[in-house]
Amino acid sequence: MKWFSGLLLLISVFLWQLLSWLGILPPYRIPSPLGILKGLSTLLVDGLPPGYLLHRHALESLLRVFYGFGIASALAIPLGIVMGWSKIIRAILTPFVEIVRPVPPLAWIPLAILWFGIGIKSAAFIIFLGAFFPILLNTISGVLMLDVRLIEATKVLGARETDILLKVLAPGALPSLWTGLRIGLGIGWMTVVAAEFTGVKSGYGLGYLIMIARDIQRPDQIVGGMIVIGFIGYFLDSILRRIESRLLEWM
Amino acid sequence: MEPLLRLINIRKTFNSVKDQKVEAVDEISLEVWEGEFLCILGRSGCGKTTLLRMIAGLEPPTGGEIFLENQLIRGTDPNVGLIFQEFVLLPWRTVLGNIEFGLEVMGVDQAQRRRKAMEYIKIIELEGFEHQYPKELSGGMKQRVAIARAIICNPKILLMDEPFAALDAQTRFNMQKFLLSLWEKTGKTIFFVTHNVDEAVFLGQRLILLSSRPGKIISETKVDLDYPRDIHSMEFIRIRKEALQQLENN
Repeated sequence: MKWFSGLLLLISVFLWQLLSWLGILPPYRIPSPLGILKGLSTLLVDGLPPGYLLHRHALESLLRVFYGFGIASALAIPLGIVMGWSKIIRAILTPFVEIVRPVPPLAWIPLAILWFGIGIKSAAFIIFLGAFFPILLNTISGVLMLDVRLIEATKVLGARETDILLKVLAPGALPSLWTGLRIGLGIGWMTVVAAEFTGVKSGYGLGYLIMIARDIQRPDQIVGGMIVIGFIGYFLDSILRRIESRLLEWM
Repeated sequence: MEPLLRLINIRKTFNSVKDQKVEAVDEISLEVWEGEFLCILGRSGCGKTTLLRMIAGLEPPTGGEIFLENQLIRGTDPNVGLIFQEFVLLPWRTVLGNIEFGLEVMGVDQAQRRRKAMEYIKIIELEGFEHQYPKELSGGMKQRVAIARAIICNPKILLMDEPFAALDAQTRFNMQKFLLSLWEKTGKTIFFVTHNVDEAVFLGQRLILLSSRPGKIISETKVDLDYPRDIHSMEFIRIRKEALQQLENN
């Protein structure tokens, strides 16, 4: 099946190129694949703005994502386990979570800039908000879905509260938690680009790159940037899936 | 001699949906002696599981008291082991990891608990399966792991809640024989709950019959047959028939 989807991709790109050659897809609306490749190569070699090379843009965006995503995981996982474990804490905190959660991370940008200024901190904060809730909610549901008898069985074997938290709830919630991490990283990656649209005034970032390409009307470079974003997102998720198959081999 | 376990007037009522009280266990008093193999026999829903859960400290009784060696049971206690019907192994731990669990939370160091767990793997005849996950085991193997996991903590009494009910007939028979040999080897006190009359007569030195809703003791029978028991012997058939009749009449 893999070769088939590869083939399909190849055929579509070829068709796209063909339609561009025939003039059916005008380059000022959508550039041809070859044109995009050329745009990408200028991004790699000359950079945009000149001297700001593509890989540095990507690395800077990745750094922001890891920053925000890392903090989000570090807070959401323990909080999710505790909220799943304790009915009282869950009842107290759920309203807060449910009110803050629907606010789009992007709506926080003005506040983020007010608090952290323009730069990695405010971008990381926006990403944090995007990644935090999927991780939190999936961790909670992972704990809630656990078979109560597992907890009872370990209690009978002498497990104390901390044993149950660390040795039963945490590993037991892992499958669902991991899904939360994958969703959180995906949303974080989507948010970084959007955050860079408005939150970065100079320097590096794939979102920033696309904004400049728009300003100088280079659709080839716009789409080139979009493709890089897509590939990196895919790559990030495939890393998590790799780890997942190792981590959850017991399932 | 003092009994190992003493139940005094144990009652348990639950609040049902419409705030009605449902009596699950009614005034059960009994004594269990050290080294004994006791079978509690009753139909489904007679409160057997509730009774076990109270002894294991997972639920407090509504009335009455439970003593283990004159100590009032207030919560779970490593001295009381419990085996569930559905095995309940930690799916993310290997056979070895599951068996080690109790020692781990007790703070036994790794080398020592590994050594001890390997001993028990030999006892339950699962050599070669140490590093398998529960999903890779059959029902009978899972239950052996659960038994090893419980007895490695050296409990004074092992409570078993229909441990073989989920197994096919042949495996169940093998597990019954395995349990008897384990009991003979270790001398553990076993408190075995089942709805299966054959199983109870095959295993127990003493049978206690419970009525349904609420669970109440109907009778107590001593089974004075040598192990391994011949299920076709006259005496076996007679005890079995009597137990069946009593269950039907109550």
